[in-house]
Amino acid sequence: MIPDTKPGWTGGQARDLLLGPIFDRNPVTCHVLGVCSALAVTTSLQTALIMCAAVIVVLCGSNTAISAIRHQIPPSIRIIVQMTVIASLVIVVDQFIKAYAFDLSKSLSVFVGLIITNCIIMGRAEAFAMKNPPGLSLLDGLGNGLGYSLILLTVAAVRELFGAGKLFGYTLLPSAYEGGWYMPNGMMLLPPSAFFIIGLLIWAMRSLRPDKE
Amino acid sequence: MPLRHSNRRVLGVALSVCVACSALVTTATVLLRPVQQANRLLEKQRHVLAVAGLLEPGKSVEELSRRLDVRLVDLASGGFVELERPERFDERRAARNPALSIALPPERDIAGIKRRAKYARVYLVRNGAGDIETIVLPVHGSGLWSQLYGFLALEADANTVVGLSFYEYAETPGLGGELDNPEWKALWPGKQVYDEEGRPAIRLVRGPVKAWDPQARHQVDALSGATLTTRGIENLLRFWLGPDGFGPFLARIRDGEEDGPHDS
Repeated sequence: MIPDTKPGWTGGQARDLLLGPIFDRNPVTCHVLGVCSALAVTTSLQTALIMCAAVIVVLCGSNTAISAIRHQIPPSIRIIVQMTVIASLVIVVDQFIKAYAFDLSKSLSVFVGLIITNCIIMGRAEAFAMKNPPGLSLLDGLGNGLGYSLILLTVAAVRELFGAGKLFGYTLLPSAYEGGWYMPNGMMLLPPSAFFIIGLLIWAMRSLRPDKE
Repeated sequence: MPLRHSNRRVLGVALSVCVACSALVTTATVLLRPVQQANRLLEKQRHVLAVAGLLEPGKSVEELSRRLDVRLVDLASGGFVELERPERFDERRAARNPALSIALPPERDIAGIKRRAKYARVYLVRNGAGDIETIVLPVHGSGLWSQLYGFLALEADANTVVGLSFYEYAETPGLGGELDNPEWKALWPGKQVYDEEGRPAIRLVRGPVKAWDPQARHQVDALSGATLTTRGIENLLRFWLGPDGFGPFLARIRDGEEDGPHDS
């Protein structure tokens, strides 16, 4: 996966691009980007997983494509060109989800379409892909996508476990409504709970690495 | 690089990006459309099977839907219309086509749908001997915020409810949205939609329905806190069971036209 051999391209740099955004420069906890969808699709792990996959595909695709044509893009229309590329990729991904994950596409509804406005994607295109070769941009996209996914899946796991007593739809804590002992916390299924969980995650990650703020 | 700022360059890049992106999007939608249509069809059949009480765990929708006899009904006469692949008929598109629909004058438009397709699909479930067991009718009408789309399943007497279920709506969650609550849906089976004179008689009343009331067989509890959604459901049922809806078709079934009504 090294299509571009520019000076400065080393294994260490690649590892940093891929792993850096997962913990040290996590787009959600460090830059507080992409929070809207993190609130909306994290009621269950399954929807969160599809959302993560969609964001990773769009992010890798848009970073690579925009990086590949970065020398051609006139500065005056660069944002709209980025938006066009991102929007097209999102529509394609949405069509795939509607074709091959139809049931989930109903619960994701508008949120796949809203990936277009996810600041992480625009942010990486503008901040990284416009200045770096496609190979590095692809890694940067993958790293940021994984960083976003880590937060999304953590939040979704907490919300699904305490809100419904399940993980991936399998009952772990039998709920009182179905004859078990666990009284589900209904607030976990509402958007405000995601705010609290993300807030706690940001606090935890920044306390662990205070120098990275 | 001055060239990079020239108008020609800007236009050229904009145009080629647009062409490339639209080609990508078009290819994806065209190639994936058949799969998506099959999904939607299956989804609809799943709803029909569910409202008719035919859904069995462990059996696929494709397998179960072989019991469904999909027919197209001419709503005005109540007779069947022959059409190739009736399952592909699209009532919603037809309702927008002046040649395939009628405009409803306000006083008759109790369901709040403005136009109604001339034809409608019905799903007949037949038993081993070929007799009709269940009739599933598509119904729709205005709720509070949205159009409610659903299915009403009746027994072979074209009067006793097997089930009522809405598959598309955007009512207030927790209030009007409770129309999808299994406990509320469980109130419907066994209710009778017509009175002795064959007039639509189903009512949603401020509950609970009193069992001793002679009208109880026509009454279902209203949804609490959702007066307008409730009224919408009652109105759309009265419309679709009445003379502008499936009234003529159901009358023919009740009159015992054995294999379903035929146009003479």
